[in-house]
Amino acid sequence: MKRLSVYLMAGPETPELAQAAVEAGADLLELGFPFSDPLADGPVIRLAGERALAQGMRTARCLDCLAEVRSRVGVPLVPMTYASILEAYGYERFLRDARAAGATSLIVADLPIEARPDIPRVQLVAPTSPTERIRLAAEATDGWLYLVSLTGTTGSREAVSSQLPDLVERARSVTDVPLLAGFGISSPEAAAEAASLADGVVVGSRAVEIAHAEGAPALGRFVGSLRAALDAVEP
Amino acid sequence: MSVAPKDGLYGVYGGRYVPETLVPALDELERGWREAENDPSFHAALDALAASYVGRPTPLYAAERLAEGKRILLKREDLNHTGAHKINNAVGQALLARRLGKRRIVAETGAGQHGVASATVCARFGLECVVYMGAEDIRRQAPNVERMHLLGAEVRPVEFGTKTLKEATSEAIRDWITNVETTHYLIGSCVGPHPYPEIVRELQVVIGREAREQVLEQEDRLPDAVVACVGGGSNAIGLFAGFLDDPEVRLVGVEAAGAASLGTGRAGVLHGARSSLLADEDGQIADAHSISAGLDYPGVGPEHAFLRDTGRAEYRAATDEEALAAFHLLARREGIIPALEPAHALARALDLDAELVLVGLSGRGDKDLATVLERA
Repeated sequence: MKRLSVYLMAGPETPELAQAAVEAGADLLELGFPFSDPLADGPVIRLAGERALAQGMRTARCLDCLAEVRSRVGVPLVPMTYASILEAYGYERFLRDARAAGATSLIVADLPIEARPDIPRVQLVAPTSPTERIRLAAEATDGWLYLVSLTGTTGSREAVSSQLPDLVERARSVTDVPLLAGFGISSPEAAAEAASLADGVVVGSRAVEIAHAEGAPALGRFVGSLRAALDAVEP
Repeated sequence: MSVAPKDGLYGVYGGRYVPETLVPALDELERGWREAENDPSFHAALDALAASYVGRPTPLYAAERLAEGKRILLKREDLNHTGAHKINNAVGQALLARRLGKRRIVAETGAGQHGVASATVCARFGLECVVYMGAEDIRRQAPNVERMHLLGAEVRPVEFGTKTLKEATSEAIRDWITNVETTHYLIGSCVGPHPYPEIVRELQVVIGREAREQVLEQEDRLPDAVVACVGGGSNAIGLFAGFLDDPEVRLVGVEAAGAASLGTGRAGVLHGARSSLLADEDGQIADAHSISAGLDYPGVGPEHAFLRDTGRAEYRAATDEEALAAFHLLARREGIIPALEPAHALARALDLDAELVLVGLSGRGDKDLATVLERA
């Protein structure tokens, strides 16, 4: 079965949204801890981060949010944030407190493989990554490898990146860890196409957009459509 | 003195905190830079352009009517082509981009000086140029926006967040992430991920090297203090570098009081490097405030944070009002209209307890006339 990861920004409504996403078939949730200057993010997640910060979603409240999501769902929960947040909170302390709140691992968008090898996390690889770096990332990663499917920032795109097939092929040549493709995947059709190559997909910006504009029931319907599309992909 | 930092670290500062997409590009840039550094033809090309295009060496001018009881020397980077020290770095990085086979340049700009320098070298080398600039800075630095247009650059306004240099830098980096295979990011200050702080420093070292020779020639001694304004810190690091090995020379960096990343900041990560930043206890970057668009930035180059911690350089602040007063004083007493950025350095140089003070006059003030007249 292909895996479906849904990204949501931490906020007051997130526990309800998370529950709707999981009930509709998300296998994994990424929970954004907002940062004021998110270099890897396009406008949708940047704006969601601005809203979250305006609502007071600082690190401690994000951890509370994580714990509340954990009380409602059983799937793996992965905080996704930036190095500045961890620098301020303390890397080890963050790891400990996030685990205590129910986190399964961690994604740091601007912490390359070489930095802080002591902090277990899901590593990201990109189309620009040489195969040797992909191998290093796969060795270091915590559970699965995040394939950044395009050279660019997060955000919806019309079609699946033409750079993804080569990235998947190179990753497969050096590792057996599960590969989840993200960045730019925003429709059931695109999810199915990406999942026909990788072991699963991450859907972020489009989910955040629907959750913000239309709420939990609409998010559930969207996630349900992604689930159905993935379930139709040949294993 | 010009030893490369180990792994891009200056003590506990510097490094690389960027999305994975950029890491291979930074590796490529570092390899290209090492080759260029060791290639006499690169230095020959750079020196020839410095002499015939930039207008180097710039004079060291004794401002004898400016202050009583001390002697103030101005390193006249304002006399460079395009009116600021920024061109030193832009020319060097354009040569580097050409070596790397990149035909498209992205840059960020605050006051517009680096944007103009980037647009200038792109015109000179036939490169496509996109400059990101905060909407607030576009408003207050309108003449530089017009200059960039004339030079054939595209200026993209950044309409969110602080609408100043911080956001412009973020957008330039996002553009680079998106177009990394064709594009060179021409960063304007000694900030950003390794190897940028080192590259920018080495391309600005010419300021300090010339100034040291000139002061020995003209005054027959080293200055008691060298003073420069610090936003990201490129003119300061270039000037300081000439005197780092002269322990008797005090190095004084001057920040805008509302943007004192070194004076009131804490360690954090912004725009790809660990440095001293204006940030809150959660690591969220705080807004900077300065009348000078070029100093209106919550971060600073990692080497400055290192020099502060080791005590080799000291960092002070000047308020908007102090900078304006120094701006007017230099105009009336010496017939030189400085940019508001080095006016901060002048303000602190005037009350510094030192006899012979060398000040980096990093740029000219034409771009600031509207801002200054608004405050009159």
